[in-house]
Amino acid sequence: MALLDQHLALAEAYKAVREAGADPFNMRFDAVLSPTEARLKGRPVVLLGSNNYLGLTFDEACIDASVEAVQRLGTGTTGSRIANGSFEGHLALEASLARFYGRRHAMVFTTGYQANLGVLSSLVGRGDHLILDADSHASIYDGAKLGSAEVIRFRHNDPDDLYKRLRRLGSAPGERLIVIEGIYSMMGDIAPLREIAAVKREMGAYLLVDEAHSMGVLGERGRGAVEAAGVEADTDFIVGTFSKSLGAIGGYLVSDIENFDVLRVTSRPYMFTASLPPSVIASTSTALARMQAEPGLRARLAHNAQRLFSELNALGFKTGPQPSPIVTAVMPDMATAVTFWNGLLREGVYLNLAVPPATPTNQPLLRSSVSAAHTPQQIDHVVAAFARIGAELGLLLPQAASA
Amino acid sequence: MQTVVTDLTVRQIALATEQVLGKSVQISRETDIARDLEVDSLSLMNIVMELEDAFDLSVPLDRLASVQTVGDLADLLAMLRRGH
Repeated sequence: MALLDQHLALAEAYKAVREAGADPFNMRFDAVLSPTEARLKGRPVVLLGSNNYLGLTFDEACIDASVEAVQRLGTGTTGSRIANGSFEGHLALEASLARFYGRRHAMVFTTGYQANLGVLSSLVGRGDHLILDADSHASIYDGAKLGSAEVIRFRHNDPDDLYKRLRRLGSAPGERLIVIEGIYSMMGDIAPLREIAAVKREMGAYLLVDEAHSMGVLGERGRGAVEAAGVEADTDFIVGTFSKSLGAIGGYLVSDIENFDVLRVTSRPYMFTASLPPSVIASTSTALARMQAEPGLRARLAHNAQRLFSELNALGFKTGPQPSPIVTAVMPDMATAVTFWNGLLREGVYLNLAVPPATPTNQPLLRSSVSAAHTPQQIDHVVAAFARIGAELGLLLPQAASA
Repeated sequence: MQTVVTDLTVRQIALATEQVLGKSVQISRETDIARDLEVDSLSLMNIVMELEDAFDLSVPLDRLASVQTVGDLADLLAMLRRGH
Protein backbone atom coordinates (compact mmCIF):
# COMPACT_ATOMS: atom_id res chain seq x y z
CA MET A 1 0.00 0.00 0.00
CA ALA A 2 1.41 3.38 -1.01
CA LEU A 3 1.70 6.10 1.61
CA LEU A 4 -1.07 8.29 0.19
CA ASP A 5 -3.51 5.43 -0.49
CA GLN A 6 -5.30 6.53 2.67
CA HIS A 7 -6.61 9.47 0.60
CA LEU A 8 -7.69 7.35 -2.36
CA ALA A 9 -11.41 8.07 -2.01
CA LEU A 10 -10.80 11.80 -1.94
CA ALA A 11 -8.34 11.58 -4.83
CA GLU A 12 -10.95 9.73 -6.94
CA ALA A 13 -13.64 12.31 -6.15
CA TYR A 14 -11.25 15.15 -7.01
CA LYS A 15 -10.29 13.44 -10.27
CA ALA A 16 -13.96 13.17 -11.24
CA VAL A 17 -14.40 16.93 -10.67
CA ARG A 18 -11.29 17.76 -12.72
CA GLU A 19 -12.36 15.53 -15.60
CA ALA A 20 -15.60 17.50 -15.92
CA GLY A 21 -13.69 20.63 -16.98
CA ALA A 22 -11.33 23.06 -15.27
CA ASP A 23 -9.83 22.32 -11.86
CA PRO A 24 -11.80 24.42 -9.35
CA PHE A 25 -9.24 23.91 -6.59
CA ASN A 26 -6.19 24.82 -8.61
CA MET A 27 -7.06 27.83 -10.76
CA ARG A 28 -4.20 29.34 -12.75
CA PHE A 29 -4.93 32.87 -13.83
CA ASP A 30 -2.59 34.42 -16.42
CA ALA A 31 -2.77 37.63 -14.42
CA VAL A 32 -4.92 39.35 -11.84
CA LEU A 33 -5.71 42.77 -13.31
CA SER A 34 -7.76 44.46 -10.58
CA PRO A 35 -9.73 43.55 -7.44
CA THR A 36 -12.53 42.24 -9.66
CA GLU A 37 -10.91 41.08 -12.89
CA ALA A 38 -8.34 38.52 -13.99
CA ARG A 39 -7.22 37.01 -17.28
CA LEU A 40 -7.65 33.29 -17.78
CA LYS A 41 -6.30 31.63 -20.94
CA GLY A 42 -6.23 35.01 -22.62
CA ARG A 43 -9.82 35.90 -21.73
CA PRO A 44 -11.11 38.34 -19.11
CA VAL A 45 -12.93 36.84 -16.13
CA VAL A 46 -14.88 38.56 -13.33
CA LEU A 47 -13.50 37.63 -9.91
CA LEU A 48 -16.49 36.79 -7.73
CA GLY A 49 -14.92 34.45 -5.21
CA SER A 50 -12.00 36.33 -3.74
CA ASN A 51 -13.32 37.79 -0.45
CA ASN A 52 -11.94 41.14 -1.62
CA TYR A 53 -14.85 42.92 0.04
CA LEU A 54 -13.67 46.50 -0.16
CA GLY A 55 -11.54 46.04 -3.28
CA LEU A 56 -8.45 47.46 -1.57
CA THR A 57 -5.86 45.08 -3.07
CA PHE A 58 -5.00 47.60 -5.79
CA ASP A 59 -5.57 50.72 -3.70
CA GLU A 60 -2.89 53.23 -4.62
CA ALA A 61 -2.24 54.42 -1.06
CA CYS A 62 -1.95 50.85 0.21
CA ILE A 63 0.47 49.91 -2.58
CA ASP A 64 2.57 53.06 -2.01
CA ALA A 65 2.83 52.35 1.73
CA SER A 66 3.80 48.75 1.02
CA VAL A 67 6.49 49.71 -1.51
CA GLU A 68 7.94 52.35 0.80
CA ALA A 69 8.11 49.81 3.64
CA VAL A 70 9.77 47.08 1.62
CA GLN A 71 12.40 49.50 0.37
CA ARG A 72 13.08 51.00 3.79
CA LEU A 73 12.78 47.90 5.99
CA GLY A 74 13.48 44.95 3.73
CA THR A 75 11.51 41.98 2.52
CA GLY A 76 10.90 40.11 5.76
CA THR A 77 11.37 39.91 9.51
CA THR A 78 12.99 36.44 9.21
CA GLY A 79 11.63 35.33 12.54
CA SER A 80 9.10 35.47 15.31
CA ARG A 81 8.61 38.63 17.36
CA ILE A 82 9.60 36.62 20.42
CA ALA A 83 13.05 36.00 18.93
CA ASN A 84 13.63 38.78 16.41
CA GLY A 85 11.72 41.55 18.10
CA SER A 86 8.94 43.76 16.81
CA PHE A 87 9.20 46.39 14.13
CA GLU A 88 7.61 49.75 14.81
CA GLY A 89 4.87 48.87 12.30
CA HIS A 90 3.72 45.80 14.25
CA LEU A 91 3.20 47.89 17.37
CA ALA A 92 1.58 50.76 15.48
CA LEU A 93 -0.86 48.38 13.76
CA GLU A 94 -1.78 46.80 17.10
CA ALA A 95 -2.38 50.26 18.54
CA SER A 96 -4.54 51.21 15.54
CA LEU A 97 -6.62 48.03 15.84
CA ALA A 98 -7.17 48.55 19.56
CA ARG A 99 -8.20 52.15 18.89
CA PHE A 100 -10.51 51.13 16.03
CA TYR A 101 -12.36 48.69 18.28
CA GLY A 102 -12.17 50.88 21.39
CA ARG A 103 -10.39 48.08 23.27
CA ARG A 104 -7.35 48.09 25.49
CA HIS A 105 -5.35 45.38 23.73
CA ALA A 106 -4.61 44.00 20.29
CA MET A 107 -2.30 41.31 19.03
CA VAL A 108 -1.35 40.59 15.42
CA PHE A 109 -0.83 37.09 14.01
CA THR A 110 0.76 36.03 10.74
CA THR A 111 -2.49 34.65 9.31
CA GLY A 112 -6.14 34.62 10.32
CA TYR A 113 -5.97 30.84 10.52
CA GLN A 114 -3.14 31.10 13.02
CA ALA A 115 -5.03 33.73 15.02
CA ASN A 116 -7.76 31.17 15.70
CA LEU A 117 -5.23 28.42 16.39
CA GLY A 118 -3.32 30.66 18.79
CA VAL A 119 -6.29 32.23 20.53
CA LEU A 120 -8.51 29.18 21.00
CA SER A 121 -5.66 26.99 22.20
CA SER A 122 -4.54 29.62 24.73
CA LEU A 123 -7.69 31.23 26.14
CA VAL A 124 -9.05 27.96 27.50
CA GLY A 125 -7.30 24.82 28.67
CA ARG A 126 -7.80 21.49 30.38
CA GLY A 127 -11.07 21.36 32.27
CA ASP A 128 -12.53 24.35 30.40
CA HIS A 129 -15.29 24.16 27.78
CA LEU A 130 -15.21 25.49 24.24
CA ILE A 131 -18.70 25.88 22.83
CA LEU A 132 -18.59 26.11 19.04
CA ASP A 133 -21.23 26.84 16.44
CA ALA A 134 -21.56 23.66 14.36
CA ASP A 135 -20.74 25.52 11.13
CA SER A 136 -17.48 26.99 12.44
CA HIS A 137 -14.57 27.49 10.05
CA ALA A 138 -11.81 24.86 9.94
CA SER A 139 -9.43 27.22 11.76
CA ILE A 140 -11.78 27.22 14.76
CA TYR A 141 -12.03 23.44 14.81
CA ASP A 142 -8.25 23.16 14.42
CA GLY A 143 -7.67 25.72 17.17
CA ALA A 144 -9.93 23.65 19.42
CA LYS A 145 -7.92 20.55 18.55
CA LEU A 146 -4.63 22.27 19.30
CA GLY A 147 -5.82 23.19 22.79
CA SER A 148 -6.99 20.90 25.55
CA ALA A 149 -10.42 22.24 26.46
CA GLU A 150 -13.50 20.02 26.02
CA VAL A 151 -15.27 20.90 22.80
CA ILE A 152 -19.04 20.94 22.43
CA ARG A 153 -20.90 21.99 19.26
CA PHE A 154 -24.31 23.65 19.16
CA ARG A 155 -26.70 23.82 16.21
CA HIS A 156 -25.79 26.52 13.74
CA ASN A 157 -27.08 30.01 14.59
CA ASP A 158 -29.46 28.53 17.19
CA PRO A 159 -29.34 30.43 20.52
CA ASP A 160 -31.84 28.02 22.15
CA ASP A 161 -29.60 25.09 21.32
CA LEU A 162 -26.60 26.99 22.70
CA TYR A 163 -28.59 27.55 25.89
CA LYS A 164 -29.48 23.86 26.10
CA ARG A 165 -25.87 22.75 25.74
CA LEU A 166 -24.63 25.24 28.33
CA ARG A 167 -27.37 24.09 30.70
CA ARG A 168 -26.30 20.48 30.15
CA LEU A 169 -22.81 21.34 31.40
CA GLY A 170 -24.52 22.24 34.66
CA SER A 171 -22.15 23.01 37.46
CA ALA A 172 -19.18 21.26 35.85
CA PRO A 173 -16.05 23.18 36.82
CA GLY A 174 -14.07 25.16 34.26
CA GLU A 175 -14.62 28.25 32.15
CA ARG A 176 -16.95 28.39 29.15
CA LEU A 177 -15.93 30.13 25.93
CA ILE A 178 -18.58 30.53 23.21
CA VAL A 179 -17.18 30.93 19.69
CA ILE A 180 -19.27 32.60 16.98
CA GLU A 181 -18.56 33.93 13.49
CA GLY A 182 -20.04 37.29 12.49
CA ILE A 183 -20.80 36.11 8.95
CA TYR A 184 -20.48 32.41 8.12
CA SER A 185 -18.23 31.87 5.16
CA MET A 186 -20.22 29.29 3.21
CA MET A 187 -23.83 30.56 3.23
CA GLY A 188 -23.15 34.18 4.19
CA ASP A 189 -25.63 34.06 7.05
CA ILE A 190 -25.18 36.46 9.96
CA ALA A 191 -25.05 35.27 13.59
CA PRO A 192 -28.03 36.24 15.81
CA LEU A 193 -25.63 37.95 18.19
CA ARG A 194 -28.19 39.78 20.29
CA GLU A 195 -29.83 36.49 21.30
CA ILE A 196 -26.50 34.75 21.73
CA ALA A 197 -25.26 37.55 23.98
CA ALA A 198 -28.40 37.18 26.11
CA VAL A 199 -27.70 33.45 26.54
CA LYS A 200 -24.09 34.27 27.42
CA ARG A 201 -25.21 36.72 30.09
CA GLU A 202 -27.71 34.32 31.57
CA MET A 203 -25.49 31.24 31.61
CA GLY A 204 -22.16 32.90 32.40
CA ALA A 205 -19.53 32.44 29.71
CA TYR A 206 -16.99 34.34 27.67
CA LEU A 207 -17.92 35.29 24.13
CA LEU A 208 -15.51 35.34 21.18
CA VAL A 209 -16.62 36.53 17.75
CA ASP A 210 -14.61 35.87 14.59
CA GLU A 211 -15.25 38.82 12.28
CA ALA A 212 -13.16 37.46 9.38
CA HIS A 213 -15.95 38.11 6.85
CA SER A 214 -17.66 40.99 8.66
CA MET A 215 -14.90 43.42 9.70
CA GLY A 216 -15.12 46.44 7.42
CA VAL A 217 -18.35 44.96 6.08
CA LEU A 218 -20.97 45.28 8.86
CA GLY A 219 -21.60 47.95 11.47
CA GLU A 220 -21.78 51.69 11.14
CA ARG A 221 -18.04 52.06 11.63
CA GLY A 222 -17.15 48.72 10.09
CA ARG A 223 -16.48 47.05 13.41
CA GLY A 224 -18.44 44.04 12.27
CA ALA A 225 -21.43 41.95 13.28
CA VAL A 226 -20.81 42.73 16.95
CA GLU A 227 -21.21 46.45 16.29
CA ALA A 228 -24.21 45.90 14.02
CA ALA A 229 -25.97 43.86 16.72
CA GLY A 230 -25.05 46.31 19.49
CA VAL A 231 -23.33 43.69 21.64
CA GLU A 232 -19.83 45.11 21.94
CA ALA A 233 -20.07 45.19 25.73
CA ASP A 234 -20.96 41.48 25.81
CA THR A 235 -18.17 40.44 23.47
CA ASP A 236 -14.97 39.60 25.31
CA PHE A 237 -12.79 38.77 22.32
CA ILE A 238 -12.81 39.67 18.65
CA VAL A 239 -10.70 37.76 16.14
CA GLY A 240 -10.29 38.79 12.54
CA THR A 241 -8.17 38.76 9.44
CA PHE A 242 -6.35 41.20 7.18
CA SER A 243 -6.81 38.95 4.17
CA LYS A 244 -10.32 39.95 3.22
CA SER A 245 -11.60 43.52 3.64
CA LEU A 246 -8.06 44.82 4.22
CA GLY A 247 -6.64 43.10 1.15
CA ALA A 248 -3.42 41.55 2.52
CA ILE A 249 -2.78 38.68 4.93
CA GLY A 250 -2.63 38.33 8.71
CA GLY A 251 -4.86 37.91 11.73
CA TYR A 252 -5.61 39.68 14.99
CA LEU A 253 -7.17 39.46 18.41
CA VAL A 254 -8.56 42.42 20.36
CA SER A 255 -9.85 42.41 23.92
CA ASP A 256 -10.06 44.29 27.22
CA ILE A 257 -9.08 41.22 29.23
CA GLU A 258 -6.54 41.60 32.01
CA ASN A 259 -3.05 40.17 31.52
CA PHE A 260 -3.60 40.10 27.75
CA ASP A 261 0.11 40.14 26.92
CA VAL A 262 0.71 36.75 28.51
CA LEU A 263 -0.93 35.33 25.37
CA ARG A 264 2.21 36.33 23.47
CA VAL A 265 4.15 33.65 25.33
CA THR A 266 1.42 31.02 25.60
CA SER A 267 0.24 31.04 22.01
CA ARG A 268 2.41 28.68 19.99
CA PRO A 269 1.09 29.79 16.57
CA TYR A 270 2.20 33.31 17.56
CA MET A 271 5.57 32.35 18.99
CA PHE A 272 6.78 29.76 16.53
CA THR A 273 6.31 31.45 13.21
CA ALA A 274 7.81 34.51 11.55
CA SER A 275 5.95 37.77 12.03
CA LEU A 276 4.33 39.65 9.16
CA PRO A 277 6.78 41.42 6.79
CA PRO A 278 6.92 45.24 6.88
CA SER A 279 5.26 45.56 3.46
CA VAL A 280 2.16 43.67 4.62
CA ILE A 281 2.00 45.59 7.90
CA ALA A 282 2.23 48.85 5.95
CA SER A 283 -0.52 48.07 3.41
CA THR A 284 -2.76 46.68 6.18
CA SER A 285 -2.32 49.78 8.35
CA THR A 286 -3.17 51.98 5.38
CA ALA A 287 -6.16 49.82 4.43
CA LEU A 288 -7.46 50.01 8.02
CA ALA A 289 -7.31 53.79 7.82
CA ARG A 290 -8.90 53.85 4.34
CA MET A 291 -11.72 51.61 5.50
CA GLN A 292 -12.50 53.95 8.40
CA ALA A 293 -12.19 57.10 6.32
CA GLU A 294 -14.44 55.84 3.54
CA PRO A 295 -17.76 54.42 4.75
CA GLY A 296 -18.87 54.77 1.11
CA LEU A 297 -16.97 51.56 0.33
CA ARG A 298 -19.15 49.71 2.80
CA ALA A 299 -22.31 51.23 1.37
CA ARG A 300 -21.31 50.24 -2.17
CA LEU A 301 -20.52 46.72 -1.00
CA ALA A 302 -23.92 46.42 0.70
CA HIS A 303 -25.62 47.67 -2.44
CA ASN A 304 -23.82 45.15 -4.68
CA ALA A 305 -24.49 42.32 -2.22
CA GLN A 306 -28.19 43.17 -2.01
CA ARG A 307 -28.44 43.28 -5.79
CA LEU A 308 -26.83 39.90 -6.44
CA PHE A 309 -28.77 38.32 -3.57
CA SER A 310 -32.14 39.63 -4.85
CA GLU A 311 -31.49 38.76 -8.48
CA LEU A 312 -30.36 35.19 -7.77
CA ASN A 313 -33.38 34.67 -5.53
CA ALA A 314 -35.68 36.11 -8.20
CA LEU A 315 -34.27 33.59 -10.69
CA GLY A 316 -35.20 30.81 -8.27
CA PHE A 317 -31.83 29.90 -6.80
CA LYS A 318 -31.76 28.77 -3.20
CA THR A 319 -29.42 31.13 -1.33
CA GLY A 320 -28.59 31.86 2.29
CA PRO A 321 -31.29 33.48 4.46
CA GLN A 322 -30.20 37.11 4.17
CA PRO A 323 -28.16 39.37 1.91
CA SER A 324 -24.50 39.69 2.81
CA PRO A 325 -21.37 39.96 0.67
CA ILE A 326 -21.29 36.17 0.55
CA VAL A 327 -24.06 35.13 -1.83
CA THR A 328 -24.30 31.38 -2.26
CA ALA A 329 -26.45 29.31 -4.59
CA VAL A 330 -27.17 25.80 -3.32
CA MET A 331 -26.81 23.14 -6.03
CA PRO A 332 -28.90 19.96 -6.07
CA ASP A 333 -26.00 17.55 -6.68
CA MET A 334 -22.30 17.35 -7.52
CA ALA A 335 -22.74 16.80 -11.27
CA THR A 336 -24.96 19.89 -11.63
CA ALA A 337 -22.64 21.94 -9.44
CA VAL A 338 -19.54 21.05 -11.47
CA THR A 339 -21.33 21.64 -14.80
CA PHE A 340 -22.68 24.97 -13.55
CA TRP A 341 -19.29 26.07 -12.22
CA ASN A 342 -17.59 25.26 -15.54
CA GLY A 343 -20.36 27.02 -17.43
CA LEU A 344 -19.85 30.17 -15.37
CA LEU A 345 -16.13 30.04 -16.06
CA ARG A 346 -16.81 29.80 -19.80
CA GLU A 347 -19.05 32.85 -19.45
CA GLY A 348 -16.18 34.69 -17.79
CA VAL A 349 -17.29 34.42 -14.14
CA TYR A 350 -15.07 32.88 -11.49
CA LEU A 351 -16.52 31.94 -8.13
CA ASN A 352 -15.96 29.18 -5.56
CA LEU A 353 -17.21 25.64 -5.92
CA ALA A 354 -17.61 24.35 -2.37
CA VAL A 355 -18.20 20.65 -1.85
CA PRO A 356 -19.12 18.48 1.15
CA PRO A 357 -17.91 17.99 3.84
CA ALA A 358 -16.73 21.62 3.72
CA THR A 359 -20.36 22.70 3.23
CA PRO A 360 -22.91 22.83 6.04
CA THR A 361 -25.77 20.79 4.55
CA ASN A 362 -24.00 18.11 2.52
CA GLN A 363 -24.92 19.93 -0.70
CA PRO A 364 -22.44 21.46 -3.12
CA LEU A 365 -22.45 25.25 -3.29
CA LEU A 366 -21.60 27.98 -5.77
CA ARG A 367 -20.22 30.63 -3.47
CA SER A 368 -19.84 34.24 -4.55
CA SER A 369 -18.15 36.98 -2.59
CA VAL A 370 -19.17 40.42 -3.74
CA SER A 371 -16.83 43.43 -3.68
CA ALA A 372 -17.41 47.16 -3.36
CA ALA A 373 -15.28 47.35 -6.50
CA HIS A 374 -17.70 45.35 -8.67
CA THR A 375 -19.32 47.61 -11.25
CA PRO A 376 -23.04 47.43 -12.02
CA GLN A 377 -22.05 46.02 -15.44
CA GLN A 378 -20.07 43.22 -13.81
CA ILE A 379 -23.04 42.29 -11.62
CA ASP A 380 -25.28 42.39 -14.75
CA HIS A 381 -22.85 40.04 -16.47
CA VAL A 382 -22.85 37.63 -13.52
CA VAL A 383 -26.65 37.57 -13.22
CA ALA A 384 -27.04 37.00 -16.96
CA ALA A 385 -24.58 34.10 -16.79
CA PHE A 386 -26.48 32.55 -13.86
CA ALA A 387 -29.76 32.95 -15.76
CA ARG A 388 -28.41 31.40 -18.96
CA ILE A 389 -26.77 28.39 -17.33
CA GLY A 390 -29.58 27.96 -14.82
CA ALA A 391 -32.07 27.80 -17.72
CA GLU A 392 -29.92 25.24 -19.58
CA LEU A 393 -29.81 23.05 -16.48
CA GLY A 394 -33.49 23.51 -15.66
CA LEU A 395 -32.85 25.15 -12.31
CA LEU A 396 -34.86 28.35 -12.71
CA LEU A 397 -38.34 29.27 -11.58
CA PRO A 398 -40.78 28.92 -14.53
CA GLN A 399 -41.45 32.66 -14.82
CA ALA A 400 -37.72 33.47 -14.58
CA ALA A 401 -36.82 30.85 -17.20
CA SER A 402 -39.23 32.29 -19.74
CA ALA A 403 -38.33 35.91 -19.01
CA MET B 1 -28.79 -6.36 31.60
CA GLN B 2 -25.69 -4.71 30.16
CA THR B 3 -26.53 -6.17 26.71
CA VAL B 4 -30.03 -4.71 26.77
CA VAL B 5 -28.76 -1.23 27.59
CA THR B 6 -26.17 -1.48 24.83
CA ASP B 7 -28.73 -2.72 22.29
CA LEU B 8 -30.86 0.29 23.06
CA THR B 9 -27.85 2.52 22.59
CA VAL B 10 -27.03 0.87 19.25
CA ARG B 11 -30.63 1.47 18.18
CA GLN B 12 -30.31 5.15 19.16
CA ILE B 13 -27.09 5.38 17.16
CA ALA B 14 -28.93 3.88 14.16
CA LEU B 15 -31.73 6.45 14.54
CA ALA B 16 -29.27 9.33 14.83
CA THR B 17 -27.32 8.08 11.80
CA GLU B 18 -30.48 7.78 9.72
CA GLN B 19 -31.52 11.26 10.78
CA VAL B 20 -28.19 12.76 9.66
CA LEU B 21 -27.60 10.70 6.51
CA GLY B 22 -31.26 10.77 5.43
CA LYS B 23 -31.30 7.05 4.58
CA SER B 24 -31.88 3.83 6.46
CA VAL B 25 -28.88 1.92 7.79
CA GLN B 26 -28.25 -1.56 9.14
CA ILE B 27 -25.81 -1.47 12.02
CA SER B 28 -24.43 -3.63 14.75
CA ARG B 29 -21.73 -3.10 17.37
CA GLU B 30 -19.14 -4.26 14.84
CA THR B 31 -20.10 -1.72 12.15
CA ASP B 32 -17.17 0.52 11.20
CA ILE B 33 -18.64 4.02 11.19
CA ALA B 34 -16.44 5.63 8.55
CA ARG B 35 -15.91 2.61 6.27
CA ASP B 36 -19.23 0.75 6.43
CA LEU B 37 -21.58 3.71 6.78
CA GLU B 38 -19.53 6.17 4.68
CA VAL B 39 -19.82 8.73 7.46
CA ASP B 40 -17.38 11.64 7.06
CA SER B 41 -16.01 13.73 9.92
CA LEU B 42 -18.78 16.31 9.72
CA SER B 43 -21.57 13.72 9.63
CA LEU B 44 -20.09 11.94 12.63
CA MET B 45 -20.13 15.20 14.61
CA ASN B 46 -23.75 15.71 13.56
CA ILE B 47 -24.67 12.18 14.62
CA VAL B 48 -23.08 12.85 17.99
CA MET B 49 -25.12 16.03 18.30
CA GLU B 50 -28.33 14.00 17.83
CA LEU B 51 -27.14 11.51 20.45
CA GLU B 52 -26.34 14.31 22.91
CA ASP B 53 -29.98 15.33 22.65
CA ALA B 54 -31.31 11.77 22.80
CA PHE B 55 -29.41 11.04 26.01
CA ASP B 56 -29.33 14.61 27.37
CA LEU B 57 -25.57 14.60 27.88
CA SER B 58 -22.46 16.28 26.49
CA VAL B 59 -20.02 14.37 24.29
CA PRO B 60 -16.79 16.39 24.04
CA LEU B 61 -15.37 16.09 20.52
CA ASP B 62 -11.93 15.00 21.68
CA ARG B 63 -13.52 11.82 23.11
CA LEU B 64 -14.43 10.78 19.55
CA ALA B 65 -10.79 10.23 18.57
CA SER B 66 -10.88 6.62 19.77
CA VAL B 67 -14.28 5.83 18.24
CA GLN B 68 -14.12 3.59 15.18
CA THR B 69 -17.04 1.19 15.48
CA VAL B 70 -20.63 1.59 16.61
CA GLY B 71 -19.65 -0.47 19.67
CA ASP B 72 -16.93 2.08 20.53
CA LEU B 73 -19.49 4.87 20.31
CA ALA B 74 -22.04 2.94 22.40
CA ASP B 75 -19.39 2.30 25.06
CA LEU B 76 -18.39 5.98 25.08
CA LEU B 77 -22.03 7.00 25.56
CA ALA B 78 -22.44 4.46 28.36
CA MET B 79 -19.32 5.80 30.05
CA LEU B 80 -20.49 9.41 29.76
CA ARG B 81 -23.91 8.45 31.13
CA ARG B 82 -22.18 7.03 34.16
CA GLY B 83 -20.51 10.39 34.53
CA HIS B 84 -17.00 9.58 33.25
